[in-house]
Formats: sequence, C-alpha cells, structure tokens
Amino acid sequence: MNSGEKIELLATPQDYNFGPGEANALELDCGRKLYEVNIRYETFGTLSAERDNAILIAHALTGDAHVCGKHSPDDRKPGWWDNMIGPGKYLDTDKYFIICSNVIGGCSGSTGPRSVNPATGELYNLDFPVITIADMVRAQKRLIDHLQIPKLLAVIGGSMGGMQALEWSKLYPDMVQSTVAIATTHRLAPQSIAFNWVGSQAIRSDADFDNGNYAVNPEHGLATARMLAHITYLSDESMEQKFGRNLQDADSYSFAFKRDFAVESYLEHQGQRFVERFDANSYLYITRATDYFDLSGGGSLAEAMKPATSDFLVVSFSSDWLFTTAQSEEIVKALLANGLNCSFCEIESSYGHDAFLLEVDRLGALIRDFVANQRKKF
Amino acid sequence: MSEKPLENMPESLSRPDLRRIADLIEPNSRVLDLGCGDGSFLAYLEKKKSIRPLGVEIDADMVGECVRRGIPVIHGDLNSNLDYLHDDSFDCVLLTRVFQELKHPDKILREVTRIGKRGLVGFLNIGHIRNRMQFFFSGRMPISKTLPHNWYDTPNIHLGTIRDFRMMCKELDIEIIRSLPIGRERSYLDVKLPNLLAHACIFEIRDRKKK
Repeated sequence: MNSGEKIELLATPQDYNFGPGEANALELDCGRKLYEVNIRYETFGTLSAERDNAILIAHALTGDAHVCGKHSPDDRKPGWWDNMIGPGKYLDTDKYFIICSNVIGGCSGSTGPRSVNPATGELYNLDFPVITIADMVRAQKRLIDHLQIPKLLAVIGGSMGGMQALEWSKLYPDMVQSTVAIATTHRLAPQSIAFNWVGSQAIRSDADFDNGNYAVNPEHGLATARMLAHITYLSDESMEQKFGRNLQDADSYSFAFKRDFAVESYLEHQGQRFVERFDANSYLYITRATDYFDLSGGGSLAEAMKPATSDFLVVSFSSDWLFTTAQSEEIVKALLANGLNCSFCEIESSYGHDAFLLEVDRLGALIRDFVANQRKKF
Repeated sequence: MSEKPLENMPESLSRPDLRRIADLIEPNSRVLDLGCGDGSFLAYLEKKKSIRPLGVEIDADMVGECVRRGIPVIHGDLNSNLDYLHDDSFDCVLLTRVFQELKHPDKILREVTRIGKRGLVGFLNIGHIRNRMQFFFSGRMPISKTLPHNWYDTPNIHLGTIRDFRMMCKELDIEIIRSLPIGRERSYLDVKLPNLLAHACIFEIRDRKKK
C-alpha cells in the first residue's frame, strides 16, 4: 500500500440487541432458545444508496469483530485483518461497506457463556446452550436485517469463518451474491475433532475450571489447548524455518524438563498471550460448534448445497494440513455438480493453516478481483 | 477488449484459427476450457457467444488472471483426477493448447468426451512434410516454428501425426465429427492432405455411444 501518507482508520464497536420476547428469541439447533442476544459488530466504509456494496467478514475460531483499523490512535495493534481491509487496500473501505461481528458463544462482546443468563441473573457458564455454526449465522442474519441490507455482495471468511460463509450460502441464498471460503472445510474431519477433544480435556481437567464456574480463567488448561491448536496452524516446514532445533536461552541442553528449545518457548508465549484475551468456556463452546459442523448432514454435499445460488471463490494453501486442499476440492466438486459458478485456487505457501492470515498479497489480489467482478454482476 | 484477449494464445493457433474454433461453439452453451491459460479465449467466447465458461488451469498466476477477468476457473492439473467435472456437464470441452503435453493422452481424451457432449481438441502434427524432411535428411528429431524445443527439453511429450490421432480415436471408440486442419498457408491443399501439410489440426469429437 501507499506508505507515504498513513490514513488511520478508526473503528467503533457497536452493539445490536434482539430477542427479549419469545417470538424474537434465537432458535438454536440444539432445540433451546437464546434470549436477549447481543451482537457486537464493527462497520467500515459507507453503505451505497443501492445497498449493493455490503460485505460480511466472518471471523475464525478465536477472532472478533475488530477486523481492521484501531479503536484509538494509541492502540498498539490494529484489527486482525488490517492488512486486507482499509482505505485503498484489497477490500477497499472507500468502495465497500464492511461488516464484521463477533460470533455468539464468543467472548469479545457478543452473547456467550460468560454473559448473564436473563432467566437467572447469573452467568451462563456451562448452562449456555451448545451452539452450531448455523446458529452463529442465524444470529448474523438478524444483524444484517437490522442494518437493512437485503443482499450481501459477499460473505468472506477463513477457517471457521469459511464454514460460516458456506453456511450463509446455504441458509440464505437470496441474501448472498457471492461466497469466499478460505482455508476451510465443509465438515470437520475426525483428526480435527480429535485435536479439539484433547484441548477440551485440557481445559476441563484444569484444577481451576470448577465445572465452568471459575472466577478466574483456568489458564493452564486453556494455554495447553491453545498450544496444541497452534501446532495445527503451522507446518513442518514453517517450524523448521522459524525455529529449527535452536535452543532458546542456552548453548547446550539443560538435561532437565525446563524449556530448552525455541519452539517450546514460542508455544508457551502463544499460550500465555492467548489466556489474556480469551475465555475458557467460550473456547469450549466454539470448538464444539466446529466439531458439529458437517454441511453434508452425513449425505451428499452436493445434495445438501442444492439451495445455494451464489458464486463462489474457494481458496486453499498448499501446506495447510488442518483444512487441506483436498477438502477444498470436495467443496468445489459439490458446487460444480450443482452447476454453480465456482473458482478455486491453491496458493503455494509454507505457512500452514496460518497462511490465510499471512499470505495477504496473493490472497488479497484474488479476493479484490473476484469481488470487483461480483459487483458488476450484482 | 475485442482483439487483445487472444494475445496469449500459443503461436500455433493464429487469431483466424481461433475465430474458426469460435465458429464451432454454440451460442449460450456451457464451455469448459482445459488448460485455459489466462482465460482470454473464454472471455472472448463469453463476449461473442454469451457462453457460460469454466476454465481449468495449472498455473496459479494464470488462475489469478482468470479471476481478474471474471472467468470461473479451477486451479488443477489435467494429469490428475478430473472427477470434480461431472459427466455431460458441458456442451463443449476445449483442449486446444496442451494435449501433447499431457501424460496420458488416451485418458484425457476419454475425460473430454465424458465431461462434454462434444470436445474440440487441438493436435500438433509431427507428420508435417517439413518435419518429415528434417527427420529424413538430418536423421534427428525435427525442430520447427510450432515445435521449437529440443527433444530432451520439451513440454510436448506426446507427439504424433494426424493419422496417429485418428487411429487412437478409433481404438477409444471416439467419433471424429469433423476436423479443421491448420496449415501455415491455409490453402486448399492443407485440407486435402492434412497429414502432410497441416502443422496442427482441431478435431471435433464425441463419445460414439453418446450419439
């Protein structure tokens, strides 16, 4: 981007509440209802008079509504996709109206397990209903209705955000012009469920967990879960490049069980940083939502995706072993079977699953060009 | 962009040749281009014939070009499984540029006729008289304008003559609906004696069972 003059994009978190009454409550896949739901969201750019430039960004597992810009000029870091979205960037806020909301079940402003249950006046904790990716999307749909946007130009998401994008195209086909599904899958594979289970066990067996009724975050379990998950976001090659077998603070092995290796130190740091910003119960609920995600419903994906009408861009990364190219190709195959316009690209990268946040230039150009053509078709 | 889109076509196919191919495409049909490059030919067909295009391309940068042009494209290798392309899902399948570069010409031809109601396959003819002369007099593999590479460093790993192609189609039970010989001079004789005088040929084919 143009580095000469730096335009500071300011972000203002907003809240939308719904569902005080029975009729307005959010019906969930589990059969329960969620009342007095709050959706935390941020918007950037201006909605056009024709309402044809709205783009919904769906965040990944531990993301939030703060997708770009800063809340105040003194903020140390901007939003999580700031290199992608902003004035003059790949998703240009001078052209598009960008919306990003925190998923329900989250811990960054939207209603989740650490919210107060209006029925009891106490924190939900593990009384919070188990939610699904479709439930997250149903809540987002309420927000988009509230913003009076009849049809989104694009729903864009990576990883769990990609699951939501695919779900949008299926649940609300009339509201989606195009879908961008990045580094994602249409069903969580048993290997990923297995990783989630170990993370969940680590949290629930933390001595401080107290069956979800903890006063302070069960940091040890949550950090362990994060470290495990973080390994799945990297690749063998990127770890070799970044750490090798380098030792962290010494020239020789300690011959003890303290952290010797740079990779160990890195993981600990990641775990530590994570527990400062994320809630353990939220982590349990959101990973569970991904466990239950299977767009095919156990049958044919093409059959399940019959309602979808949008155009699609599917992107995978060569070294991503969490949500592989083969999984993306399954999505593509189903969409083509339904005669939909679908493009697919595998971007060569050594960054593993994390590539969707790191390979900004190649991914950004694809998204920019795809969305520009969608606007012409809108 | 009426003329420009064709600039990246291989040298063996001139603009008039591409127009001749375009003439064989039904308006408003569903067209798949295997090895579509930057998508310029599909974009041209979309504009001229209102086709619904899809491309398959192995080069990620070219895939990006297709997306920029608004042409749906699948990043993929024609040497691997093409089962994401469904039976009879296209009115016409183009394979005009890379046929001789593929590992299994017979398999890909079966795929073309499986996926498309008909296919248009471009074939370089090593049986051209100049190649024969070179081979005869120098005793070496021919090098020409259409086949500019040394034998040990060429993408064209499956070269044959027009007659070879016809024989293969016969063995695969593939019907050649028509052939469009492409000679450098585009003269009457190219058509009469294609195996000697055409440096390439476009074949319109279909599965004989699909008649």
